[in-house]
Amino acid sequence: MEYAIILFPLMGSIISGFFGKKLGSKFCQLLTSSFVSASAILSLYIFYKVFLQDYSSNNLIFNWISSGNFYVNWSIYIDPLTSVMLVVVSLISSVIHFYSIGYMSHDPHKTRFMSYLSLFTFAMLTLVTADNFLQLYFGWEGVGLCSYLLIGFWFKKPSANAAAIKAFVVNRVGDFGLAIGIFLIFFFYGTVNFGEVFQQTPLMIKEKIIFLGFEFNIITLICLLLFLGAMGKSAQILLHTWLPDAMEGPTPVSALIHAATMVTAGVFLVVRCSPIFEYSQVALNVVAIVGMITAFFAATVALVQNDIKKIIAYSTCSQLGYMFFAVGVGAYHVAIFHLFTHAFFKALLFLGSGCVIHSFKEEQDIRLMGGVWKKIPYTYALMIIGTLALTGFPFLSGYYSKDAIIEFTYLKGGYIGYSAAIVGIFTALLTAIYSWRLIFKTFHGKYNNKINNISKIQESPLIMLLPTCLLALGAVFAGIFFKDTFIGNASTQFWSNSILFLQTAQDNHPPFWFIIITPLLVIIIIPVSFYLFIKNEKILRNFVSKNNKLYNFLINKWYFDELYNFIFIKPIKKIGLYFWKKGDINTIDRYGPDGLSRLIKIISNKAVSFQSGYLYHYAFVMLIGFSILLTYFILY
Amino acid sequence: MIEIGLGHYLTLAAVIFTIGIVGVFLNRKNVIIILMSIELILLAVNINLVSFSVYLQDLTGQVFAMFILTVAAAEAAVGLAIIVIYYKSKGSIDVEEISSLKG
Repeated sequence: MEYAIILFPLMGSIISGFFGKKLGSKFCQLLTSSFVSASAILSLYIFYKVFLQDYSSNNLIFNWISSGNFYVNWSIYIDPLTSVMLVVVSLISSVIHFYSIGYMSHDPHKTRFMSYLSLFTFAMLTLVTADNFLQLYFGWEGVGLCSYLLIGFWFKKPSANAAAIKAFVVNRVGDFGLAIGIFLIFFFYGTVNFGEVFQQTPLMIKEKIIFLGFEFNIITLICLLLFLGAMGKSAQILLHTWLPDAMEGPTPVSALIHAATMVTAGVFLVVRCSPIFEYSQVALNVVAIVGMITAFFAATVALVQNDIKKIIAYSTCSQLGYMFFAVGVGAYHVAIFHLFTHAFFKALLFLGSGCVIHSFKEEQDIRLMGGVWKKIPYTYALMIIGTLALTGFPFLSGYYSKDAIIEFTYLKGGYIGYSAAIVGIFTALLTAIYSWRLIFKTFHGKYNNKINNISKIQESPLIMLLPTCLLALGAVFAGIFFKDTFIGNASTQFWSNSILFLQTAQDNHPPFWFIIITPLLVIIIIPVSFYLFIKNEKILRNFVSKNNKLYNFLINKWYFDELYNFIFIKPIKKIGLYFWKKGDINTIDRYGPDGLSRLIKIISNKAVSFQSGYLYHYAFVMLIGFSILLTYFILY
Repeated sequence: MIEIGLGHYLTLAAVIFTIGIVGVFLNRKNVIIILMSIELILLAVNINLVSFSVYLQDLTGQVFAMFILTVAAAEAAVGLAIIVIYYKSKGSIDVEEISSLKG
């Protein structure tokens, strides 16, 4: 059964990728969707077994590498953490497979798209079922590759290609850290299997190493390097620049890869490595600080963006920040719970925005929308549900997970804990503002689109709405159903030994005013933002014109792209250009292949003039040659 | 009266050989003349062979001369045939104009 979960998506991908043309796009769409759905149903069953019977197993597929005492298996490792990730990945993936049938209906390359999607699912499943770092790295790179392929799916658009390359290159920085982290683990532990590494970690606390001229604790160094990898994949600040650009890909891709699954791989990695991270307070603090900065930064940028998908992308970035600072204060299970609920409502928001874009005929700018909520009521309702869940409206899924994070940071206390709590509350406020801005600008107010007549705005087809509804169910009920299991009283028993807590979570609750403050803010913000964005836009306009610098700072995303352009891209381009022009063209080519061919050309030109075509010249040459030969034979 | 000896024959052969060589190079008019010059070269060689054969009292040289005559005849036949065909196709056997091999 476990094998089927992993191999079904791979089979679907291979069949539709290689035989898609013969089998027809309709068949391939159904095939890949049903294969992934089958794997989703099996994952649900596994989750059910883990949930009720504390099931866990390690199914070997084959020995991958066996060299000396270094051995790595390709296996399917099932424990509570994996089972949660399995459900998230395969369920969302199957929903999005069905959604893509509708969304990509006008695209000529449907089979290629479905094949990539299935391949991505396979890679992500190998990542989460890994029982060693190497297999995890394989899955890690696999999802990176699929992300690249899918962002650049419309490869005729230069911006899509640029975004794909950017995503790949920025991820290289993170993957570099992850790779070095794994090397270090192998160097010091002699193994990369999770179980053995985690077992030996307590013995390693005192070991030190000199790295880049500084003395580091080994555990801290390994954790920081692993976290660098997680930062790249999960788009944390400094390495976040690829995520907004990745929205060049088709919307189902944004929903699956850049909201629900791949970007959460970093969180998964850190949680999976909790037995290592728990022994390094420094690394945990770094994780928390990076998470806080990202959550705050992304939320401020999302306030002013105008592209519907970019707003949601920054929102994803911000929510990932939440997960990381939850991890940083030691609340791994809350981070995973937020990952779980976030996967539903963020995928829902993306699919909803996909419906909006579909209705507006590929228009993504929210300034060119508005006033259509009566025309597309289902999309509107779905988006409202997603937004409520995202902002943490009481009793929807986001409420449970996000507020749990804030509560845990408060309970953790200390410098990091309290600042994380403040950042968490403030970011929740910002989240509510930009989310409602998105809703009001898109669906309410005046109709602003001049290209498409309002009468042409139509509801999306059923094949797109139904999967979205499924996600809406998840967004509403995932929190309330699984709250106890994931973070409540039953959580210690549920997670058993898949997550290590050195300090057991305190049972006492934060004060009542603290619990109530976030939902209260979130609810108050709804009428406020309605007033600001619809009823009385003048206030905001005045504010923007008075604080133009701040507005520009935000709309240019804190000038990160410009900064990177200045620090890295331009010098590297110059160096590259220098090596290309001077090194390659002027040295290697000039004296290498080009020089050789020119030499041969010159010689052959000389040789050509030798052929005069006159018989007597040939005869003369023959005679001379003959006499030389003869002289030689006579003399020697 | 002077006794005609080996030296005279060799001198004659050398003269004829040189005439043949020079004929090949100096000739700018006709391919047939080249063919004739080659015949002259071969004749010079024949004279050499026969005279040495008489001088050394060895018949091998004369037998060899017969072979060369045969080869020369065959060569003349082939050469003339080529010239005929060439003339048919190009309409001229002027040496100056036969230069299609020019690179």
